Amino acid sequence: MTRTPFILRNPSVLAMLAVLAVLTLAVTLTSQAYGTGALPTSTVKILGMTLCLALAAVAMDLVWGYLGILSLGQMAFFALGGYMIGQWLMYARTETIVAAQLAQSPIPATPQEVQDAVTNQIFGVVGSSDLPMAWSFAHSLPLQLLLVVAVPGLLALVFGWLAFRSRVNGVYLSILTQAMTLALALWLFQNDSGFRGNNGLSGLQNLPGMEGVDQATLSVWFLWASAAALALFYVLAAWLVSGKFGSVTRAIRDDETRVRFLGYPVEGFKLVVFTLAAMITAIAGALYYPQAGIINPAEMMPIASIYLAVWVAIGGRGRLYGAVIGAVVVSLLSSWFTGGRARRSTCRDTWSTGSTGGRCCWACPLFWSRCSRPRGSPGCST
Amino acid sequence: MSALLEVSGISKSFDGFKAINNLSFSINAVELRAVIGPNGAGKTTFMDIVTGKTRPDSGEVLWGTTSKSLLKLSEAQIAREGIGRKFQRPTVFEDQSVADNLIMALKADRSPFAVLGWRPTAASQDRVIELATEVGLADQLPRLAGELSHGQKQWLEIGMLLASDPRLLLVDEPAAGMTLAEREQTTTLLCRLAETRAVVVVEHDMDFVRRLNCKVTVLHQGSVLAEGSLDHVTRNPDVIDVYLGR
Repeated sequence: MTRTPFILRNPSVLAMLAVLAVLTLAVTLTSQAYGTGALPTSTVKILGMTLCLALAAVAMDLVWGYLGILSLGQMAFFALGGYMIGQWLMYARTETIVAAQLAQSPIPATPQEVQDAVTNQIFGVVGSSDLPMAWSFAHSLPLQLLLVVAVPGLLALVFGWLAFRSRVNGVYLSILTQAMTLALALWLFQNDSGFRGNNGLSGLQNLPGMEGVDQATLSVWFLWASAAALALFYVLAAWLVSGKFGSVTRAIRDDETRVRFLGYPVEGFKLVVFTLAAMITAIAGALYYPQAGIINPAEMMPIASIYLAVWVAIGGRGRLYGAVIGAVVVSLLSSWFTGGRARRSTCRDTWSTGSTGGRCCWACPLFWSRCSRPRGSPGCST
Repeated sequence: MSALLEVSGISKSFDGFKAINNLSFSINAVELRAVIGPNGAGKTTFMDIVTGKTRPDSGEVLWGTTSKSLLKLSEAQIAREGIGRKFQRPTVFEDQSVADNLIMALKADRSPFAVLGWRPTAASQDRVIELATEVGLADQLPRLAGELSHGQKQWLEIGMLLASDPRLLLVDEPAAGMTLAEREQTTTLLCRLAETRAVVVVEHDMDFVRRLNCKVTVLHQGSVLAEGSLDHVTRNPDVIDVYLGR
């Protein structure tokens, strides 16, 4: 017998793709680089970053809404993805600048001299002159791109294996994930961690080798890339949860013990979804930080991951489009309330519970949870 | 005929309380067995040990003709060996359709990547319809399992057990909360299932056990008190003591 194609069985996927296409087209046509110029470059960047956050929310929904793991450390993967791409962006750009400076000296610089000069440039700020081990591949874009998914993926795999194997569940697991992101942030805050401590990585908005391209054009390129990534992984996620695999993950969410007695290796399923979600989140981060221009360890403080959970909760967990809507609406609202800046202000200053934005953010989930209980509401272990 | 499941000398204590005390039990490949006993006799712990949920402090659980030890296996591995368990409360996945519940239980490779590549076939479709018909839910396939009545959920769970086609079926108080007609249906089904496999029914209700008309094992304080036909064990003075008090 023939089955209706996947897309036709899931009209919401088609709708999401259409909305993304229209948004991308509209932004392109009003951008300063390719269109009328009505939309400032900063707004294009905010929109592009918002799409990345929406992608992180989709991954969060896979883990929380469909698998039942309330991970409060997802943004660790997001920031790790950002750090991995940031290493290359910063290293390659510094290398270009340093090479240009050294070219003016009468004696040509050796590769070692170039590397030393680059190291001094990057790590002078934390008083170090050795290139840390973690930067061994920073000169190579393909290798750093590989690390974007490999490092967070491996972290998720090891963390997940240890946690799921010992059957840590519910609140305890949430606390563990939060401890993971906090520990990682605290480690990165140290100057000798090899990632420039609390200075983080900066100047990420400049693409090495593309010095001739202005920010207006780059911002549109990144918006396209972000929209494409969101579209691709949205379809992948929708496909993942639509079939028998999705059935089993939702069954694990609702009654893990019963799934074990059906013969399914529950830990294996959790590991696959958790690791995949970590990789998707990392890709979102790798697209986000070049648009943000700067990354520092504050980005992976637990509060960021909690916001991610809040967005998914507001959109209604267990629905992929809900995650996207929640992330887009709340993060754009927060940008608006906090004066046109994107989420980065969440971790600091204005986005506290005292501000208008803060109040709104706390009020929304309270309001929503009263009028509509999302499917598979938290703590449903009936 | 060799035993399908051979439990020998298992003990398990929780914080000093001996839930299972040197219990031995064996069942043939094709047999219906009722396990009865007062509250706290260790019936549920016994099932937990066989299905891998609880590890005994000592003793051995051997399975199949190869006498494989089950104590090293996880719950999921034991389930894949062919031991199915029906819980006292109906536990179906309420958020999903009757068809999806049955599909999950169908015999198939259970590893994550195999499940990811699984596609419904004509055969699987037919099997789902066949199972649903067998448990009287053929017209309920697209409905959410959560919308079913209590009895229908029990039947769906039985359908899911049939789907995985276990060699040994452990059934915990199947008659609880059922109407008289439903009990009779359940009895018939259990007897029919026991024609091709081993079925262990844990039950409180003596009436129901009498209907099953099979060999009975009486548990008391974590070990076997008596074994034999229902009439045989009910004449046993020890059993009378335990059930009626001294």
